[in-house]
Amino acid sequence: MSRAEERGKPLGNPYDINGPYFNPDMYLQKILKESSLKQVMDKETEVVRDTQSLHSEMQTLVYENYNKFISATDTIRKMKSDFKKMEDEMDMLAKNMGSITSFSESISSTLQDTRQHISKLSGVHTLLKRLQFLFKLPSKLKSQMEVGNYSEAVRDYLHTQRVLEQYGNLESFQGIQQDCNAILKELMDQLRTKFKSQDCSAKEVAESIDLLLQLSEPAEVLCAEFLNHSESRLVTQLQALKISPGQDIIEFVDLGSSGFLSDLCFVATSFTDMFVNKSNYHDEEMSAKLSFFVKTNMDKYFELVQWRVELEQEVGDTAMLVRALDRFHRRLTAINTLTADTDFAMMATEIVIRAGRRQCRSHLHTLKAHLADSLTSVRQSLAAPRLTSQEASTAAGLSTELVTSLVLSTVEKIKGVLQDLKVFLQPELAFMSKRLFVESFCVESVRECLVVGFIHHLTATARSFTAQNQAVPCPTLALLLILTKMCLEFESTSVQYLLKLTDEWFNVEEHCGQIMQGWTDQSEICTELRSAAQDLVNHYVRMQGLAISQMLRKSVETRDWLHSLEPRTVRAVMKRVMEEMAMVETQVGMLFEEGSRPERSSDSSRKTHSRHQHRSLTNWSSHSMAATNIHKLFSERIEIFAPVEFSKVSILTGIIKISLKTFLECVRLRTFSKYGLQQIQVDTHYLQLYLWRFVADENLVHFLLDEILGSAINRCLDPVLMEPSVVEIICERI
Amino acid sequence: MDEDKPSLYGLEFPARSLAAQIAETEVVRFLVGTQSLKFANNQIHLVEFDEKNGTLNSKVYQHDVGEVWSLTSSPKDPNVLSTCYNTLRQEDNDCVMKSALWRMPEASPGDASTPLEQLCLFDTAQYGTQVKVTAFHPTETEQAATVVDNNVLIWDVGEATPRLTYKVAFEGKGHPRFTTGKWNHQQVSSQFATANDSTIRGWDLRTSKQAWAIENAHSQLVRDLDFNPNRLFFVGTCGDDASCKFWDLRQTAAPVVTMAKHSHWVWVVRYNQVRDQLVLSASSDGVLLLSSVASIASAPLEEDDGDGDEAKRMPDGVLATHDQHEDSVYCVEWSAANPWCFASLSYDGRLLINKVARSIMIMYL
Repeated sequence: MSRAEERGKPLGNPYDINGPYFNPDMYLQKILKESSLKQVMDKETEVVRDTQSLHSEMQTLVYENYNKFISATDTIRKMKSDFKKMEDEMDMLAKNMGSITSFSESISSTLQDTRQHISKLSGVHTLLKRLQFLFKLPSKLKSQMEVGNYSEAVRDYLHTQRVLEQYGNLESFQGIQQDCNAILKELMDQLRTKFKSQDCSAKEVAESIDLLLQLSEPAEVLCAEFLNHSESRLVTQLQALKISPGQDIIEFVDLGSSGFLSDLCFVATSFTDMFVNKSNYHDEEMSAKLSFFVKTNMDKYFELVQWRVELEQEVGDTAMLVRALDRFHRRLTAINTLTADTDFAMMATEIVIRAGRRQCRSHLHTLKAHLADSLTSVRQSLAAPRLTSQEASTAAGLSTELVTSLVLSTVEKIKGVLQDLKVFLQPELAFMSKRLFVESFCVESVRECLVVGFIHHLTATARSFTAQNQAVPCPTLALLLILTKMCLEFESTSVQYLLKLTDEWFNVEEHCGQIMQGWTDQSEICTELRSAAQDLVNHYVRMQGLAISQMLRKSVETRDWLHSLEPRTVRAVMKRVMEEMAMVETQVGMLFEEGSRPERSSDSSRKTHSRHQHRSLTNWSSHSMAATNIHKLFSERIEIFAPVEFSKVSILTGIIKISLKTFLECVRLRTFSKYGLQQIQVDTHYLQLYLWRFVADENLVHFLLDEILGSAINRCLDPVLMEPSVVEIICERI
Repeated sequence: MDEDKPSLYGLEFPARSLAAQIAETEVVRFLVGTQSLKFANNQIHLVEFDEKNGTLNSKVYQHDVGEVWSLTSSPKDPNVLSTCYNTLRQEDNDCVMKSALWRMPEASPGDASTPLEQLCLFDTAQYGTQVKVTAFHPTETEQAATVVDNNVLIWDVGEATPRLTYKVAFEGKGHPRFTTGKWNHQQVSSQFATANDSTIRGWDLRTSKQAWAIENAHSQLVRDLDFNPNRLFFVGTCGDDASCKFWDLRQTAAPVVTMAKHSHWVWVVRYNQVRDQLVLSASSDGVLLLSSVASIASAPLEEDDGDGDEAKRMPDGVLATHDQHEDSVYCVEWSAANPWCFASLSYDGRLLINKVARSIMIMYL
């Protein structure tokens, strides 16, 4: 509804019979206008009914309220009379209070004087008490000093100090003050001497310092003195640690922890309490001093521990060492909070790592020494049976055992060492949790330095035997074979086994992480071993070949071929060559596989060869270089110096090739008579009969022997060959 | 490249002596002596290598007195040469070794074979039987040295009959015999080096005393030695232990460099006359090796240019392997005219003339 309408019309509905603005005329008109008669009549009856009910209601209400009003009037009247009585009583009370006040005033005025007197007296009493304390102070201090109760004394002094200073100008107090000062000076002296004396504990020293500080001694001086003194004491402790005899390393570490380290801790904490955590001093300067102090002392300690650990490693019980290191490490981790800027746990880990590395290195040394020893013993046992019997089989029989025992003992030794080092990795050790240590120890020290390092050493040692001009006299040739075999054994099984064992025991896989690249691969080691083995076997072939060569060369060089007699037998040197070859064969055969040779029945090939020989003889006797060249052109080019394989046949072939080539060269340097030539014919035939069984391809032997005979024919003044049948008879007669 | 292929010259007979014609510095020429027990058939071949066309020309001279075991050419006169040869003594049908000086006649070049003109014959009979080599003095034309058994004989060859001017005799147990000998051009007029068994000795010709010795230079016989042409005190040796070794004569206890790349006896070792980093060695395994011994060369490579010298410095080792020979190679010689050219001779009578491969040459230029 808008305001205009509101104003125009009276508020409320004039037609609401119950509303306050009800207008009976309007209402009546409205009803008359709007309603039917019936409705009007109904309305009327309704209104009449309503009116009647309302009327009766009103009557009840009026009646009830009337009763209440009458009782209220009665009550008011009664109250009126009561209040009157109370007013009288109040007046009386006021009068009494007035009299009390006047009485009390008179009493207090009477007592005023006395009270003032009493308070004055009590003031005097306390003053006297204090004075008494002051007078007593010197003697009290003295007695406290005598008992050693310095802290009490200092506290008392500090209590009175201000008073004394204030009243110091009064004569009587002056005396006291002087006394006190003198005593105090004595006290301070005593404190000083106390903390300078060697035998008092760090705690006592700290107390003394604290007291001195309270007596406002200069902090700088005290601090310096304190540190000096502590240092000297710590140094003494270290020295005691160092020289104390007969202790094992665990005792050493315990002693260090309980003595040196706890003292140092105590010094540090008390220093912090006394000098650093007081805002009036130069905090930073002080803490710098402290950390420098701690650091120097810790360094000394570390040095000592390092020294001791190294000493221990020389005698070496690893388990003990590890236990000691563990304790050491734990202790240091615990006190790591000593100073902020140096990480002692880190340094401790460093020491542990170093110890681990050293341990590995010393083990490596042992292993090397062991290897050298076993090689020496192998050499000796190789030399020994030769002296007793010339039988090759006994010497060679030893070889197999020697190789296996050499390899096995080495592997076992390494295993033992690894077992020993495993002690470092017990899970309950504190430094096991340091990733740095585990990585460095497992991967760097054990795997790379120890295991791989040793195998490298092994390879190098083996290889050193092949070196020319070695200072050591040439080893027996069998040793070369044994070393070859050893390298091969390592290559095929041991390396893999050892590396796997290491990786397993030391969880190398797990710790490899980012240093993976630095790793030496197994295949790398194996290749190296294999090449060393190849070098060794080559060297063996070469040396053995040269030995036989030397024999052949001397025999050809020293003989006068121009004036030799008709051959009746094979020259002795050929038999020696065969003996040597047989010995080499047994020697090599014990250690190496037979190896493959082209399949051919030896019988038939020998027949073929004798035909071949006849053909070549006719060729040579024609004396035409062209013919031989053509012959060579058609015969397969034979690789004389093919690489040696690790098989008996290949090794023997290599030796024979070198020997026969030498024979050939020697023959070419000489001039022969008829009989000289025939001697060569007999010799080559003899070699042909017996050499074929050693080699892979007998054609090679035939080729070389043909060349020898051919060259002899070529170098002969009167080339007439012997009847082949006679040659055969001579050769078979042996 | 065509250039890297060797030129081949074949002889009818086995041969084991070769010499570069030292006095001829314009044309690449080599002398080869044959070995045939039909003594009259022996020849000296003068082989000329035409570098432009890559062809070979030869002149053949009769050496009908015996088979040639060693051959040297005069450093002054290109036509003069010396041989040691094996011949038959008529009286008792025995073989003897002799040595003589020869001149190659210039006339009638067209002839198939011209006889050599003998300048003189050395009378060595009284000093021994094994005449190993006759070596011309490197600078003095008049002098030559012959190695016979345990003697070194110094001759004055200025006159018709050679006059023995000096003799070094080496006495030792077991009748030592020299296997070869060489003037030490580093100590020009005064030193001659010999090898016997596994020992090499230097002889001071003024005092006839031993100047130095390398005992047990090789584990077996020493076959040859060659002095570094430029660097004092350095000498290379080779022998039956299949290795080449290089020594500093001031400390002979151990070799400076050892190379064991051959598989049989090494017969000869030769320094390149210009670049003493390069060394040739020939072996009875039929292989010829060109090796670098830069570490003990007179002029280290880095002097060639200032920058990047570290990378350019070559390690010691084999540079090239020539295995074209099918028989033992007993001789190899650098050409006197072209320092990059060399000839090698195998027993089957093949002479190969090779050039250092261009790729290797570049490293040294």
